[in-house]
Amino acid sequence: MHDFIQHIINGISLGSIYALIALGYTMVYGILKMINFAHSDVYMVGAFAAYFAARLLNIENNPGILTLVILLIVSMVSCSLLGLAIERLAYRPLRGAPKLNILITAIGVSLFLQFGGQLVFGADPKVFPDVMKDFVLFNIGPVELKSFDVTVLVVSIIAMFGLQFLIYNTKLGRAMRAVSANASVASLLGVNPDRIIAFTFIVGSSLAGIGSVLVGMKYPKIEPLMGMMIGLKAFVAAVLGGIGNVRGAVLGALIMGLSEEMVVAYLSSTYRDALAFGILIVILIFKPAGLLGKYTVEKV
Amino acid sequence: MHFLKKPLLSFLGLCVLGFLFDIGLDAYYQLIILFILVNCLMAMSLNLINGYTGQFSLGHAGFMAIGAYFSAYANTHWDILPPTVQFLEYFIYALCGGALAAAAGFLVGLPSLRLKGDYLAIVTLGFGEIIRVALLNMDFLGGPRGYANIPGFGSFLFSFIFASVWIVICFFTIWRVMHSTFGRGFLSVREDEIAAESMGINTTRMKVRAFVLSSFFAGVAGSLFAHFTNFINPSSFTFLQSVNAVIMVVLGGMGSMTGVIVAAALVTILPEALRPLQELTGVDLRMIIYSLSLVLVMILRPKGLFGDMELSDVWRKYVRRSA
Repeated sequence: MHDFIQHIINGISLGSIYALIALGYTMVYGILKMINFAHSDVYMVGAFAAYFAARLLNIENNPGILTLVILLIVSMVSCSLLGLAIERLAYRPLRGAPKLNILITAIGVSLFLQFGGQLVFGADPKVFPDVMKDFVLFNIGPVELKSFDVTVLVVSIIAMFGLQFLIYNTKLGRAMRAVSANASVASLLGVNPDRIIAFTFIVGSSLAGIGSVLVGMKYPKIEPLMGMMIGLKAFVAAVLGGIGNVRGAVLGALIMGLSEEMVVAYLSSTYRDALAFGILIVILIFKPAGLLGKYTVEKV
Repeated sequence: MHFLKKPLLSFLGLCVLGFLFDIGLDAYYQLIILFILVNCLMAMSLNLINGYTGQFSLGHAGFMAIGAYFSAYANTHWDILPPTVQFLEYFIYALCGGALAAAAGFLVGLPSLRLKGDYLAIVTLGFGEIIRVALLNMDFLGGPRGYANIPGFGSFLFSFIFASVWIVICFFTIWRVMHSTFGRGFLSVREDEIAAESMGINTTRMKVRAFVLSSFFAGVAGSLFAHFTNFINPSSFTFLQSVNAVIMVVLGGMGSMTGVIVAAALVTILPEALRPLQELTGVDLRMIIYSLSLVLVMILRPKGLFGDMELSDVWRKYVRRSA
């Protein structure tokens, strides 16, 4: 029984990381109706930015809250700059192009970042700096609540509530929702869609930046191809919950995190990567728009 | 270009070409040529889904894996014919591998082809990954160690001719299908799904048909691949392999048979040509160049290098006219 509770704690911690990355996918999809395949590689670059920043500032052996904050900021800033650059150079020239072309461009950008990353950072894995000390915060019987899990959870909850506030309680958020509903009408009403889209990329990418530091803290091995699998899973989580829906992304990510943890614990770890897609396929067959998504009928 | 329309003639032409390659080239180049043939088959089959039907599949490596593993297993374990006609056995097993892949394509296609665009892409990707993970867990197929000592054809000429047979079959099947009423259905799904539906075309059925035919040839390509390399393992059939096929289709022009063949040859030769540069810098430049060209082609020539023109159209338009 306590094993089970321990797995639930781990699963929630994993799920909240997926949620941070899934939110980036879902935001871009909500506004541009495209899968930003490069999002997972923006996340990878964020991890490397944090790694190099820690070495440059000499705080790699200096774990603490301050280190965490510095690394989070560095990684968020570099991710959002990269996201902005990708949007400007690759996606904006294709605005209005057929969906297939945009999808292929996104895959191209993703591959470029992966293999460009191997060229720049080297293909060998690197060890992420110590961000915080991992210790048992408290335990109820044999169930341990570790400081890593709590930090991950706290940071992601803050980020998600921040996002919720941004989207529903600010002027910018209202503009984002307007562009998402209908970009041309929004532009008639004085919203500049290009600027709002760029802003969406900044927000989504900085969430990926937060995710990268949290993952680096939990699994301290980073390499240029690390984004591929976690990105796919986060994307699956976003689709699972209904892509374009913020709450759906969080729900999907939690489902993914929990089920993955359970499969590894009770079945076999080799099936972990197949599981994500298995769940996705089953859900899409029964609910083609995801769990919380609305099914829209195409009009002529 | 007229001779391309006649299957037997083009097959004989390929045989002559194979004979020339056999005496003229060393083993390294010969292997590259065999890979070009495999990739042509992959690209042509994906073109049917991607180019002609306008659906986006990212799971082609999975179908290729099915064909490859079936063929490898069958050829090492089952002897159904006497040794004198053993070449027929290869053919039969390639056919069966293709049929198995087609069955998988049917199973994948039936539920998932009701989805559109991005969703379909991600579901097919998921199926590709599931097949790969399943292979990793199948011990009788070698699991992660892979499958070694797959019997090959011995000589280059024979391998080349065997692949040519399949290339010709694939090319002319798709060519004929696309020039029939049946194929118009595929095109109508690509052009406008809603309009096609209102004209009484069952779009899901059309997509499933395209999927089945396409995965059949992907399975055959896998079977050829297994015999040419003599060794396969699940990591030969990853997401990257699917993307590779997509790159060929996109570069060649979505909806152009000959364009796709040209692109498949280019994409296979390019990494080998870049090898000296790669040794100089010590990194895999191939994928960087691929990905950059993918983005640039999408921005500058959104329909691919050939668009939906065939090589013969290009010939007529640019070469004949100037003469």
